[in-house]
Formats: sequence, C-alpha cells, structure tokens
Amino acid sequence: MTMQTEMTDEAVVASGAAGTPVPETGQKILAVRDLTKIFGPGCGECLASTGPLADTNVCPRCGSIIALAEVGFNLYAGEILGIIGESGSGKSTVVKTLYFDLSPTGGEAVFHHSDMSFNLFTLNAAQRRWLRNHRMGMVYQNPHLGLNFSVSAGGNIAERLLVCELYHYGKIRTLVRELLSRTEVPPGRMDERPGGFSGGMQQRVQIAKALATRPPLLFLDEITTGLDLSVQARILDLILEIQREFMTAMIVVTHDLGVIRLLAERTIVMKHGRIIEAGLTDQIIEDPQHPYTQRLVASAL
Amino acid sequence: MSSMILKTEGLAKEFFLHEQGKTIPSCTNVDLEAHEGELTAVTGQTGVGKSTVLKCIYRSYLPSMGRILYYPAHGGRIDLAVASDNLVLELRRREIAFVTQFLHCLPRRSTIDVVAEPLVARGIPRTDAREQAAVTLAALDVPERLWSIPPATFSGGEKQRVNLARGIVQRPRLLLLDEPTASLDNETTERVVQLIGSIKAEGVAMIAIFHQPDLVRRLADRVIRLFPPAPAAMTMGETWP
Repeated sequence: MTMQTEMTDEAVVASGAAGTPVPETGQKILAVRDLTKIFGPGCGECLASTGPLADTNVCPRCGSIIALAEVGFNLYAGEILGIIGESGSGKSTVVKTLYFDLSPTGGEAVFHHSDMSFNLFTLNAAQRRWLRNHRMGMVYQNPHLGLNFSVSAGGNIAERLLVCELYHYGKIRTLVRELLSRTEVPPGRMDERPGGFSGGMQQRVQIAKALATRPPLLFLDEITTGLDLSVQARILDLILEIQREFMTAMIVVTHDLGVIRLLAERTIVMKHGRIIEAGLTDQIIEDPQHPYTQRLVASAL
Repeated sequence: MSSMILKTEGLAKEFFLHEQGKTIPSCTNVDLEAHEGELTAVTGQTGVGKSTVLKCIYRSYLPSMGRILYYPAHGGRIDLAVASDNLVLELRRREIAFVTQFLHCLPRRSTIDVVAEPLVARGIPRTDAREQAAVTLAALDVPERLWSIPPATFSGGEKQRVNLARGIVQRPRLLLLDEPTASLDNETTERVVQLIGSIKAEGVAMIAIFHQPDLVRRLADRVIRLFPPAPAAMTMGETWP
C-alpha cells in the first residue's frame, strides 16, 4: 500500500520544512458525506425527531444528543470554508471528528492528498496519528487544548517536528525560530512557557505549531473568540497570508459573521446538527434564505 | 460587432422575509446585454432594483427567476443563476469584478495591498501586483502619502476610489460598477470618466449604475431602464389591464 511507504518516509519532514508542493486550486481535498454524531444510546427516531423543524437536537424518545446529522460538504485545495452557527449547532463537532478528537457515529470523510485518498474513519490508530501529525493542523479556541503548558513555546512546536522524525537539535531550533517570527511571536521568548504569554500570543504559538509541518489542511475552531479586536485583526491577517503562501485549505468555525466575511469565500450555516444553508459567503450575508440565517444576519452588530 | 460577454433573460429577484412572512419584489423581467468594450448603463428611479441586478449577476443575491448567461474567455456558456459556488468563485477570481458602494477589506492592511490583493490572488507576484496597483491609484488621483495607510480612516471619496482601483486594476472581462462616482467631486469624477473610457477601449465590458444622467449620456453604449415592480394588487392574483 502506497500510504505505508510514505508513512515511513523521512523526506516528508524535509519537504515540509522546505515547502510542500503547492496543490492546484479546484482540486477536491476533502469530501464529507452523511457525517453523524450522536451522544447517548441513540434510537431509530433520533434523526427524524430532531433538527431545525423540531427545534431541538435532543431526541425526545431516548434523550440522546444529536450533535451532527448527515452533514455533507466538499473542501477544495487552498480554499477557506466557514462554518457558522450558534453554540450547540454542531459546528465544532465537525472539525473535531475530522481531526479525530471525536469518533463519529456514522458517515464518511475522504481526504485526498498528492494522488492518495484516505478514508478517514476506517483508518487504524497509527494511520490516524500519522495524518494528524503530518497532513492536518488544528487551532483550538482554548490554547490549553492545543498547547502543553508545562513545556516551552518552542518545545511545543519541536514536539510536532519530533513526531515527524526531525531529530537534529540545531535544525529544530532554526525551524521553530522561523515559525515563531512568521506568526509574530518574538523568537527570543521561545524558551518561555506559554502560560506567561498573552491570549493572542498563545493563539499565535498554536498557529505556529499547527503550521510546523506545512499541512495542506487546517482546522480553526473559534480561534479569535475572546481576543481583543486589534489582536483579532492581526490573527485574521496572518491566516490569510498563510493561506496565500502555502495554499492551505482551512475550515474556519466561528459564530462571528465578521470573521466569516473576511476569511471565507464559502460558508455553511448549521443549526441543531444540520446544515441548513450553504453558499458564497457574501450571498449568505446579503441574501440569506433560511429563517434562522435571516435572523442571525439581522441580529449581527 | 463586439462579442457578447453577458446576457440576462427574464431576470427577477424577490426577497422572502420569514420573520414577517412577506415577499418583497425587487427587479422583474430584466433583459440586458453586455458586450466587449462597451458600457451598459442600468437606470431607473431609486428602489427599482438596479443594484439588485448587479448583485444577481455577481451572485451576491440568488436570482428568483430567469437566466444570466455568461460567455467565458475559454468559450462555452454559463448560467450564473445556477452555476456552482466554486465555478462562480473561479470566475470572480479571473473574469468578473464588482465595485460596490462600500469597501470591505481586512483591517490593518495598507491601501496599496488592498488594491493589489485581487492580483495576488491570481498568482501575480506581490511586487508586480503593487506596481500595477500604484499605477491605478495614481490614475485615480489617490495621493501617494495614503498608499501605505489602511483605508479605514479615509474619507468617503477616498474609500470609493480605492474600491474603484481594486476593480479596475484587475482588468476583468466584465466589470460591474455600482455608483462608482457617488461621493466624488467634479474633478475626480472627470478622472474616473477618463479611466472608464480607457478600460473600455482596452475591451473591458461594463455594466454600471450612475447617479448622474450626464455620465450615462457620456459613457453608456446601451441603456436599460428599470421600472418599479407591479403594484401589490398584481401579486394578489389580479391580471394587469
């Protein structure tokens, strides 16, 4: 199997550092079909008795929570896709299942990269770990989920390089320094623990860590929520630069229409675990079709 | 004869507001054409849906009825009313640009980068893109001392010119202009008129809305006049006399 050979290929790290081949636009990188996640025992009526029409995501019969119900979408190389919705809509669950933080109850997600296809939910633990470390990146809303606070900022990034089999101390430090200056964290502070950093700086260390392997696919989960506006602008700017420079495809999860408008060209709107509307971002904002989206847009500041 | 770039057939747009349970008609039965190197002006009183037509063509609005036939550079024909999101995005990157009345851009980014941005998105190296942006900004009389500053603090007229520069710098096949001179003084308007004339000569097709009838007369090769939607009675099921 080709995947097996590449998994042990040390060149992956080298090419990651020097720049992976730039994928072409219009190439499908991720295809998600019928993605479903149910917390609880689940029953035959879970999907039919919940959703936007029923106005709940709790199954009235068995009490299970339907976090995702038959969610499907495509993501193309180099594009930023926004997922917007209120808390509890299931938007974070989408990226958590794709990044293997949660296992789905059903559905399929196929990740395409350099002539290979990975059926994400059928992979074994080692294969998942490999993909997570080499081909994907995640930035969490809460830096405590993405960073280890008991090691230095540089150590956090080095850890990701180490799992990619880059062992040379000098090379690691050079790369870490580059990544930190790229994300506007003073490299002089690389040996400090992230606990002493501001919230915005912690997010930028997380972004540097996620980018360490130049992954073609990046998940960003509410990464500017709770940051002040000037810091927010810098992070959004950084994300767009990264997208341009590395052609990274991203899924941006947020409840903030402003963030979606600036970052995403296409947007998915979710409610009660379902996609209720999808389209070009400016169309979603200027001509929303679904009652919920109309209310969401009308109540934005 | 110049070749046709776009044609709408029976284009209509109405908005359904769920909260109020109301349908708001905007434009109805719009037939227009845009040709290479020509400007089509959309006229009519306020509220007849002039901007709606442009937004439907750009797909910021989903048309309710009709076809929007676009003839792309590589041949063939695309109905923009039903084309996939990704195809529309590709056309926006390469062929169709829209100068709206408002400037939306990333905070903190300098004016010259805001203008160069669409070129960078096409893969043009940043230094080349900046050079072209500088030429366009200068042609629109935006003072050079402003180029390195984000446009957030600019006056209405300055923002409008930055917006215009960002559309024109792309030399798209089809340029949509929504009141590009609304907040400009006479002298600057004259600059814009000259620039529009010169990109027309380069072959850019334009569909534009102008505030001043005088500009329509000077710049338009075709004029489409829109009329207010039929009175509410008609939507109740009565027939038009």
